[in-house]
Amino acid sequence: MSNILAIAHKELKNYFATPIGYVLVGFFTLLFGWFFYTMLWYFERQSMQMASMGMMGEAPTMNVNEQLIRPAFMNVSVILLLTMPLITMRLYSEEKRSGTIELLLTSPLTDFQIVIGKFLGSMALYAIMLSVTLLHIAILYVYGNPEWRPIAAGYLGLLLMGGCFVAVGLFISSMTRNQIVAAMATFGVFLLLWVINWIAPSITNPTVQAVVNYLSFTDHLNDFVSGVVDTAHLCYYVSFIAFGLFLTARSVDSERWRG
Amino acid sequence: MIEVQHLTKRYGPFTAVDDVSFRVERGEILGFLGPNGAGKTTTMRVLTGYMPPTEGRAIVAGFDVLDQPIEAKRRTGYLPETPPLYPDMTVRDYLDFVAKIKGVPRGERKKRLAEAMERTRIADMAKRHCGKLSKGYRQRVGLAQALLHNPDVLILDEPTAGLDPKQIIETRQLIKQLAGDHTIILSTHILPEVSQTCQRVVIINKGRVVAVDTPENLTSRLRGSESMYIQVDGMGADVQAALAAVPGVTRVALAETRGTAAAFEVDSETGRDIRRELAAAVVTRGWGLLELRPVRMSLEEIFLSLTTDEARPAPEAAPAAEEPHE
Repeated sequence: MSNILAIAHKELKNYFATPIGYVLVGFFTLLFGWFFYTMLWYFERQSMQMASMGMMGEAPTMNVNEQLIRPAFMNVSVILLLTMPLITMRLYSEEKRSGTIELLLTSPLTDFQIVIGKFLGSMALYAIMLSVTLLHIAILYVYGNPEWRPIAAGYLGLLLMGGCFVAVGLFISSMTRNQIVAAMATFGVFLLLWVINWIAPSITNPTVQAVVNYLSFTDHLNDFVSGVVDTAHLCYYVSFIAFGLFLTARSVDSERWRG
Repeated sequence: MIEVQHLTKRYGPFTAVDDVSFRVERGEILGFLGPNGAGKTTTMRVLTGYMPPTEGRAIVAGFDVLDQPIEAKRRTGYLPETPPLYPDMTVRDYLDFVAKIKGVPRGERKKRLAEAMERTRIADMAKRHCGKLSKGYRQRVGLAQALLHNPDVLILDEPTAGLDPKQIIETRQLIKQLAGDHTIILSTHILPEVSQTCQRVVIINKGRVVAVDTPENLTSRLRGSESMYIQVDGMGADVQAALAAVPGVTRVALAETRGTAAAFEVDSETGRDIRRELAAAVVTRGWGLLELRPVRMSLEEIFLSLTTDEARPAPEAAPAAEEPHE
């Protein structure tokens, strides 16, 4: 365990020893702030319209969780799509290129300890990024009264989805010593998993359609941000992460045999 | 302490190391000598558990590197060809990280760190980023990293590469000090380094061991007979005949002529010193004895004769001290 933490700590520290961490957190904050602001503005305008309609008798209710926080959280996944490859691209490729991988592989560590350490290091940076959004949520509490449960479920969903991104990125990074290749391939895989269900309506075979729908990242996130913690989705994310980490460990090991 | 049995490593169809076996006893310094691409680094990588062997076994500090890698790695310190430094970490942070992953207990970490930094004389660079260090310091931080957990076995891949002459001497002294407590394998292609630091040499070429012995034995063993170089001021043919008549001489060959002087290489039976007789033979005939010295094969010559296919390469072909980067 202490080995895992040592590696996680090293990875996290490295993000902030270089400008990478600051740039990523900074731009994430900027983009999320922008999305949040536009949505808040839109929500506010709609509320006013609704209120004026309410005066005329019929009053449809506006829900801050459903109509503001949920779309804001869904937007986080768009930002992640673009930033996550940058978080994960260097994890293994940099070590391979600079030869520090020799230090890790000749130290008394197992492959899984290294893989999990790196995973946790990236997750820590991601958690720091996400924690910035707590500020925006806090503002909503000042002026409104959102439900906390769907928010908590949403954060859980975002963390898990981020975990999938990191697991995929880690695996791809372990296969190349070129960071650009790692980033681009990771981005490609993310985007593909994102839009894979777009083809679903055209598929006639119901089984294939279900599989394609199931594979998409976003479908699973939807329920979480609506406040539903479904074990099926939990299973999807957790097994996705576990499988990604397993593949990474195998990839590192196979590299060893190939030399 | 280290036992390598029939080690073979293939990369696809290419055989990098071919049936290599040797032993290193506790406290010994073994020199691993060979031209570039001979399989030195590959052998070391197998010993450190970085890559598994295709065939054969390697046992380090009593643990098979394939079956009990964690135990073997715990007892091994390794300095790869390029020191594995993280450029964005300070030297102290880096060594602290290494101490953690090498399993140095928390309580001892600070002491070990200070010790390793003092031994390798890098304490003044503790707060410097690894990426900003000079080549010499980088090498020394790499060495500190290998020593940190006080391993039984030290495996050093070209520890003096890229250092200036003063640093080379310091590093060699350090390595010699470390022997005794530690068992050391060091690879190099600089021959004087081997004769100065190592007790035993393994010469490897094209993945195969071509010789294992002490540097001294190698030097004498490769000469089947004793050889003298003698320069005489006199009539060449007469001198040759006179020298050949000296008891014990097996062969006289003309090496060069300079004006009236001629130089010969005289081989004699091993274990017999014929210098007095040779001198007497020359002087009593009234010739001038200009030079008389024993010829010993230098390690360079041995190395070349073992590792090249040409029977007797020209001395200019001696390997350069600087290795081109791979």
